[in-house]
Amino acid sequence: MADVTLRKVIKRYDEVEAVRGIDLDIADHEFVVLVGPSGCGKSTTLRMIAGLEDITGGDIMIGGDVVNDVPPKDRDIAMVFQNYALYPHMTVAENMSFGLRLKRYPKAEIKSRIDEAARMLDIVELVDRKPKQLSGGQRQRVAMGRAIVRNPKVFLFDEPLSNLDAKLRVQMRIEIKKVHQKVRTTTVYVTHDQVEAMTLADRVVVMNHGRIEQIGTPNELYHKPATKFVASFIGSPAMNFIPCRLEDVGGKLNIRITDRISFPLPAPRAARYNAIPRTDKLLLGIRPEHITEAKAHPEPGIESFDAVLDVTEPMGMETLIYFTLEGAQVCGRVNPNAGARDGGPLRLAVDLNNMHLLNEVTGAVL
Amino acid sequence: MSTVTIDKAAPTRNVKYGSMSRDRTWALRWSYFFLTLFAIFSLLPPFYMLITSLKSSAEISAATNPWWVFHPTLENYAGLLTSNQFLRFFWNSALVSIFVVTITMLISVPAAFALARMRFWGSATLATGVFLTYLIPDSLLFIPLFKVFAQFGEWTGIQLINRWYVLLFIYPTLTVPFCTWIMIGYFASIPKELDEAAIIDGASWFQTLTRIFIPVALPGLIAATIFAFTVSWAQFLYPLVFTTSTDQLVLPVGIITTLIKGDVFNWGQIMTGALLGAAPPLIIYAFLMDYYIAGLTAGATKG
Repeated sequence: MADVTLRKVIKRYDEVEAVRGIDLDIADHEFVVLVGPSGCGKSTTLRMIAGLEDITGGDIMIGGDVVNDVPPKDRDIAMVFQNYALYPHMTVAENMSFGLRLKRYPKAEIKSRIDEAARMLDIVELVDRKPKQLSGGQRQRVAMGRAIVRNPKVFLFDEPLSNLDAKLRVQMRIEIKKVHQKVRTTTVYVTHDQVEAMTLADRVVVMNHGRIEQIGTPNELYHKPATKFVASFIGSPAMNFIPCRLEDVGGKLNIRITDRISFPLPAPRAARYNAIPRTDKLLLGIRPEHITEAKAHPEPGIESFDAVLDVTEPMGMETLIYFTLEGAQVCGRVNPNAGARDGGPLRLAVDLNNMHLLNEVTGAVL
Repeated sequence: MSTVTIDKAAPTRNVKYGSMSRDRTWALRWSYFFLTLFAIFSLLPPFYMLITSLKSSAEISAATNPWWVFHPTLENYAGLLTSNQFLRFFWNSALVSIFVVTITMLISVPAAFALARMRFWGSATLATGVFLTYLIPDSLLFIPLFKVFAQFGEWTGIQLINRWYVLLFIYPTLTVPFCTWIMIGYFASIPKELDEAAIIDGASWFQTLTRIFIPVALPGLIAATIFAFTVSWAQFLYPLVFTTSTDQLVLPVGIITTLIKGDVFNWGQIMTGALLGAAPPLIIYAFLMDYYIAGLTAGATKG
């Protein structure tokens, strides 16, 4: 087991800069997820940690040693690939033991490690089968088993669940979490699925255009996003962004959204945003769960307004509603019994205690 | 076919299926028609060889139905199989083919692996270059090659011309480029995650080749082996040019040079020799054909 450190890591392909200087400290035993849209450099970063890609600049350290020029086999890492990459001509047991056999481990040791991993992954009865006799989920388990038996310093996962169907993905997500709880190996996990990132990670690294947008625990990213990109990428349905500006009304700071809609800000928010010039173009960032049906006795900071709904989506335990404010489509979550219907009016409440204010030009969260 | 009956039985539901199966029926009929045609076309010569090999010289020259044997005899087989000369040709052919196949595989498999996987500067150009060398016909190459070996003999005193083993240097010029090309295709079809997984597991390039690539690409390897064997076994022009003494000849040239004397054609023995000569490749094909079909890569990745 070991920590992993990236210092100003750069990857350039000819003219294209895929990774533009990444600094990242991954602690021992930590489960870190790199997440971002396709082409953001997350897989390249993982492959550089694995040693499958050379780095153009910077340093990668595993367990305190710089491994820039160390070949993959000497980095003591194990990797799980999206398409499993099982050796088709070997049985499950042979697949899992391949690395150990190359290192000439004693037979008894190999067998006990395979048995242990197979038990952990619930594939004991599959060890004599060939990969083509396995289902997708079973293959993914074998791929994980191959990583576990090596007992490496670091696990690297490259979108391991992307080839599975939705139900199996949820199941395997839990399996991966359980395995990590048992073996506690430092893990770097790449995915484009923010739900996977949120559910698995100790810390999430959100990447975009080859740079890190924000590093934080799932809760930090959700509640305190640093940029508009992170705010919109994390959470489903995504955060709403409504054009707005600040104004002073009778000595109080208000947020004006439309000609008719202007809300007084709660005191802590007013203090925080007071220095912002009133002419700045801003965005009100608010998550769907903070736009609900209006209550009879609202708490402080919760303001109500009338809206005409465009579309409603009943989900069972809640109904998603969509309406338009200042040209922006806004999503809210209301009680299924709130009387929301397509094209109908509804009195809504917005919880400004949980609002975000963003600079429309820079995308920074203020 | 019974399409009409099906229509009658359940007219509304089966109209669409019926028309589809009618389409398929015709496609199958045409397939069988052409397959039969090609089968007859390609099996007629060996059949004629077989017929002729079972005839005596007298019956061959007699004006009877050439497609039938009236007095079958094994005298041609007995004659050839007891002739030391013929057995010598057979032995030479076997030696040359086995060595050529071995040499070819030893060169082309690592070459293909390097060209397909170890991305190095110019590897793509080199791969195309390898194939281009195969496109030069042997009828253009044999004269310069003869000069090369003659010159080599003059300079070093090592006489290679008119020795059966000279063919071990010549045949690979045909087999290595083609087999390399086939193997590049097979290796390229193996998902790159497989070698990456092997490398992370601690395998060297050589171990990746021997423990992963060769077993996974076995069908391709066998295809290439069969090709190399067939080419060396059936090669005619090069041995005709480079070997002349009867004890150095390989089968195809041996049959022609010893069984045709001036304008006298010993047809019975020629056909028998050709038939016996065709047997080894035929047996090899029969045994290894299944490997062509075995989809070994299935299950390697998502499937």
